[in-house]
Amino acid sequence: MFARTATRSVASSLRAVQPSVRYYNSAFGSSTPTSAFAGKKGSDGNYTVTLIPGDGIGPEIAQSVKEIFAAAKAPIKWEEVDVTPILKDGKTVIPDDAITSIKKNTVALKGPLATPIGKGHVSLNLTLRRTFSLFANVRPCVSIQGYKTAYDNVNTVLIRENTEGEYSGIEHELVDGVVQSIKLITREASERVARYAFHYASENGRNKVTAVHKANIMRMSDGMFLSACRDVAKEYPNIAYDEDLLDRVCLRIASDPAPFADRVMVMPNLYGDILSDLSAGLIGGLGLTPSGNIGRDASIFEAVHGSAPDIEGKGLANPTALLLSSLMMLRHMGLFELADKIEKAALSTIAEGKHITRDLGGKAGTREYTDAILNRLK
Amino acid sequence: MLAAPVRSSVASALRSTARRTPVARSMATLVEEQRLPSKIGGKYTVTLVPGDGIGKEVADSVKEIFDTLKVPVQWEQYDVSGETTGGDELFQQAMESLKRNKVGLKGILYTPIDQTGHNSWNVAMRQQLDIYASVVVCKSLPGFPTRHADVDFAIIRENTEGEYSGLEHQSYPGVVESLKVMTRAKAERIARFAFDFAVKNNRKKVTCVHKANIMKLGDGLFLNTCKRVAEQEYGHTGIKFEAMIVDNTAMQLVSRPQQFDVMVMTDLIASQLYGTICANIGSALVGGPGITPGCNFGREYALFEPGCRHIGKDIMGTNKANPTALILSSTMMLRHLGLESQANLIAGATYDLVKEGKVRTADLGGNATTTEFTKAVLQRLV
Repeated sequence: MFARTATRSVASSLRAVQPSVRYYNSAFGSSTPTSAFAGKKGSDGNYTVTLIPGDGIGPEIAQSVKEIFAAAKAPIKWEEVDVTPILKDGKTVIPDDAITSIKKNTVALKGPLATPIGKGHVSLNLTLRRTFSLFANVRPCVSIQGYKTAYDNVNTVLIRENTEGEYSGIEHELVDGVVQSIKLITREASERVARYAFHYASENGRNKVTAVHKANIMRMSDGMFLSACRDVAKEYPNIAYDEDLLDRVCLRIASDPAPFADRVMVMPNLYGDILSDLSAGLIGGLGLTPSGNIGRDASIFEAVHGSAPDIEGKGLANPTALLLSSLMMLRHMGLFELADKIEKAALSTIAEGKHITRDLGGKAGTREYTDAILNRLK
Repeated sequence: MLAAPVRSSVASALRSTARRTPVARSMATLVEEQRLPSKIGGKYTVTLVPGDGIGKEVADSVKEIFDTLKVPVQWEQYDVSGETTGGDELFQQAMESLKRNKVGLKGILYTPIDQTGHNSWNVAMRQQLDIYASVVVCKSLPGFPTRHADVDFAIIRENTEGEYSGLEHQSYPGVVESLKVMTRAKAERIARFAFDFAVKNNRKKVTCVHKANIMKLGDGLFLNTCKRVAEQEYGHTGIKFEAMIVDNTAMQLVSRPQQFDVMVMTDLIASQLYGTICANIGSALVGGPGITPGCNFGREYALFEPGCRHIGKDIMGTNKANPTALILSSTMMLRHLGLESQANLIAGATYDLVKEGKVRTADLGGNATTTEFTKAVLQRLV
């Protein structure tokens, strides 16, 4: 198993989000697994993609991705937008320009956004998710050759329900000192994410879907999530389905992640949040993990790490996560060969270890690392 | 020892696992003596609920060890099982016994996941007895190297509120709401427990695990309360306080677990959930659920159970289970009862056995059975 090169296994697990040509009969219209990429090349032969550089180190790593794409002659035209919230009718909202751009292009690449803690802001990420019905968050985690961690056989894919659950944002203070938060689970959203998980598994050569839950405690809410998964499983007779408790998955994945390489895990929002970061920890942190948000109206690919204001503007940031996310995006758009080419250049640069950034234990800055990849693309 | 207030006996019960010198402290809460477990006929009566799965096998192991050493403990055993319907009456009897004896040793009870089944008895026990603080200590075992070296941290979690409260309803077909209720009073209580634990066990840092960036009110209340307790009540102790978002915590645990010392979780599922997650990851770091002990404390009752709550159904009845977790939990219980010398003997023998490495159960890479392991512990004791 270990003999498989990281490159290849990354390729397969990032081949995430292929355009779907299947048609699903479902009671819910929104249950179509993903809006297949329907963008058309412009008159100059390029696809237009919305780029949200983000805050902190965002602009630096976005620049790095742009240069790499240019060197690889990717048929992509970037349309850069700003999503700094503005005040509209007393509410903070995303500027209309950004929304129009993403709606038109149906695909976007996004850097990190800063969310202030506990100040009555609605997180921008949350707003983006709601605006474009980004119902599924796909998080592949594959060990990167050349960066040693305590675990060297990680190859997991996790799909997280992205619109409800603990993140519904419904909270109130009943009396002083007593707060009630609501976790909202709907049958429709559960079924939608379950269907996407099975779809993803069938498209990516993984023959098993595992639903992760806590239904022994939250019988109704997680129970409904499970029943939705079971129903969808019947539509995919070729893919095995099982269920596992969140506790057990945490325990097993932290002791030995290898058995999870054959499957796709699907789960409600909060569990997915925690487990996906746990998986990222196995391979060395968020600087190496890509992510894709699949939605009905658009799909947004993003680096999930923070905006790292402490190293902003110093040229030290590691652009790998955003780059790997952009490769998920290329595959989503059907540009497989191009994605493979860039991926090979990036991963071999890391494997060689001469020009890696500080977070990976090297000495290089963003510039040097990017240049090393550019050299390999020539 | 008997007269020692609950808080200090809590601390001493745990001290050993942490193996650190306690710091003298005189401000423990005063508790009337009748709240403490009492000795009758020279023996303490302890409620024993072996639980489901491997429960009976590992409980037998503990019973055998106690018998051989003539530990002055008399068991009141209740074979409650979560897998049978109609175990309600037996469960109630076990609860009565626990309330009488004030101290118990228990395995994990199975909770069915279908909607017609009973609610979790594990949770019900904690809520009814108000044993609000759960303590799990994750410490690398000497002589048993894992992926991570020098892991040593404790996880304290709120046991009685949050999403584990099980308040759920279907407000419209296909739409379920699950309520998580968090209160300032309980947050204060658990924060104080965590800091007291840190003081008594000479730990340097308390980490509050939360998700206040999303659940701004609920987890926000927990975080702010912990912060206030840390600053106003424990500022003079010099113990460092930090807050960490739960997803980041999960990531840090598997990449750099050495940075943690004492963790305090937000509310129940926030705590039960965040706590469950952290305890399971932590346990995986040091060698698995077979070796991680744990306990639950309230003002009146103390219940000792394996720290990583799995019933181990897959190896049930095969005599393969590792009894270490329950043995170590039982030694924590002995310390709680003031039976220090027996506790040290048993814990020492168990640790030595693991360190020596000749007799190990399957989960630690050996091929010894539960009975063989127990025998080996006994050989060292007599």
